[in-house]
Amino acid sequence: MNVGRLIILEIMHRKLGFALAVATVATSVAALVAVAALLGAHDLRTTQMLDEMNAETDRMEEDFTREMKAYEDGVRKTMKGLGFNVFIFPEGQELDEVYADGFASKTMPETYANTLAESKIVTVNHLLPSLTRKLKWPERERIVILIGIRGEVPIAHRDPKKPLIDPVQRGRVVLGHELHRSLGLQEGNSTTFMGREFTIEKCHSERGTKDDVTIWMHLEECQELLGEKGRINAIKALECNCASIDRLGEIRREIAAILPGTKVIETESKALARAEARNKAKKLSQTAIAAKKSETANLRADRERLRLEDGQKYTALLTVVILVSMIWIAFLAFSNSRDRQSEIGILRAMGISTGSILAALMGRAFLVGLAGTGLTLVLAVLPSGVLRESLHGFELQSLVGYVPIVLFSVPALSCAASWLPALQAANRDPATILRNE
Amino acid sequence: MSELTLRIANTSKSYAGPEGSTVEAVREVSLELAPGEFMALGGPSGCGKSSVLLIAGGLLRPDEGEVEILGNNLYQKNRAQRAAIRAKHLGFVFQQFHLVPYLGALDNVLAPSLAQPLPDATERAMELLEQFGLSDRRGHLPSALSVGEQQRVALARALLAKPKLLLADEPTGNLDPENAEGILDHLGAFAGEGGSVLMVTHDKRAAERATRSIRMEKGRIPITQS
Repeated sequence: MNVGRLIILEIMHRKLGFALAVATVATSVAALVAVAALLGAHDLRTTQMLDEMNAETDRMEEDFTREMKAYEDGVRKTMKGLGFNVFIFPEGQELDEVYADGFASKTMPETYANTLAESKIVTVNHLLPSLTRKLKWPERERIVILIGIRGEVPIAHRDPKKPLIDPVQRGRVVLGHELHRSLGLQEGNSTTFMGREFTIEKCHSERGTKDDVTIWMHLEECQELLGEKGRINAIKALECNCASIDRLGEIRREIAAILPGTKVIETESKALARAEARNKAKKLSQTAIAAKKSETANLRADRERLRLEDGQKYTALLTVVILVSMIWIAFLAFSNSRDRQSEIGILRAMGISTGSILAALMGRAFLVGLAGTGLTLVLAVLPSGVLRESLHGFELQSLVGYVPIVLFSVPALSCAASWLPALQAANRDPATILRNE
Repeated sequence: MSELTLRIANTSKSYAGPEGSTVEAVREVSLELAPGEFMALGGPSGCGKSSVLLIAGGLLRPDEGEVEILGNNLYQKNRAQRAAIRAKHLGFVFQQFHLVPYLGALDNVLAPSLAQPLPDATERAMELLEQFGLSDRRGHLPSALSVGEQQRVALARALLAKPKLLLADEPTGNLDPENAEGILDHLGAFAGEGGSVLMVTHDKRAAERATRSIRMEKGRIPITQS
């Protein structure tokens, strides 16, 4: 006979009392596990939500960058024809004639473009000299617009920029849509223009403008055909960077200082609206991204606040549960020792020490704590698959690191709750017990 | 002359009574018990005989007087030392048996081995159960035993550690005559083997089985008897 056997046999005999105590401990441990799981699930969900929002923000930033790049490319191409672009026409040119015909009748030296390029001009980024005439395509009996271009004249004091217009090579032409469509011409075909043989380099798609009846060729060849060697009738200045509202006045003043007498007109104002729209779109996108980031930060703060509140709430609840459980266990321990007072009296009479009796009572309390904890842990593991979804994928098994702590602390709390009733029972006067019995 | 098993000298014990009064349960009681002696302590209910038994067992400290067990002055020892003396030299039998309800007959008999290691305790317990006709009941819980069997288990438990003194409080009080006779036979046999028995009883027939009988009245033992 030993104390361990005494404990086991007593538990087997008073199953209900032991089961009640174990259920109490199991309830407390279940509450503990539930709180840990809920807080863990909250953290997991917060991480998931923040990850989702960060990914969305990253995606927005990527989309924005890509769209802005595409937009800027589009605007850049648009500005080539429409942008903050100005035309410089020869001195003495009547502008009403230009507005009526679409080109200048007067010419100026091609070197004007070089003069401008070699000046310290700051409001212009690209310079494109050209020679334009409306004439009949003798071989085809068609009225066409002929434009001779030589590509960009690099501005001397700047770093070389990407050319905005690809120049047409000598011996080659580019045809507008209406021309190649109606004449049945295709890229790579040969055609004769004013007695010269040309290879068709490119056939433009429909633009719905006079470009559709235009032939582009190298400026030098155009000058030769028109007998205007070294002459041009317009310089297109592209991507003018005027910070002031009176941008045209600023450009005019600067160009007039370099090429006195020339006429400067702005081609279209639509580009400005586009640029403004682009800037606005950029600002809107940046605002949306900033709002998303702010939303993420707010979410993080909200979730952290919620966790703190939940943590406080759960801690309070858990404290109450543990306290009530300890009181209940103490009551059960008191009830158990009262039921056993005759047994304790006779054991004391037989000379069994107070320590041994205390060990028997506390050993039972320890087993109550151990069994309650074990029961909860087993029950917590079994339905974890079912709970995983409602816990946002949180795995109860991830709490396994706390098991040794719980296995130690819960039986210790059970012993603490049973200590006073056990001590009182073990020290009860056996004479009083035996006499009263 | 061999050493006395029990010596009680001039012991008195009072309890607090109702409304601040004092009840003198034991008054200047003295008695001696030699080895092999079977003493019956009789008297009416409330005369203090059970208090004398508890005092003799080291469970109730007297207000005055001395108690010696085999020369050990009990109440000069501390609680743990008294418990050790009880475990080694004393056996108790009560009217209510006081068996541990969740232990079978064998485990109940073995209970004193919780107090001190007893060599061959299980064999000794089996012998006692055999001797008391309970060998086929050794696994039974007290609730499954008759009162006579329960008292025999209680007596076997009291004898496990081979005590020198057996203190029995109304051991036949709850038994039918046949079982009472059996218990008295075992007590007599224990005394016959050199043990000492102090039996509290108000049953005249039981008292007649003792080698000496003393009657208490109002907490005292008349001088002519002691």
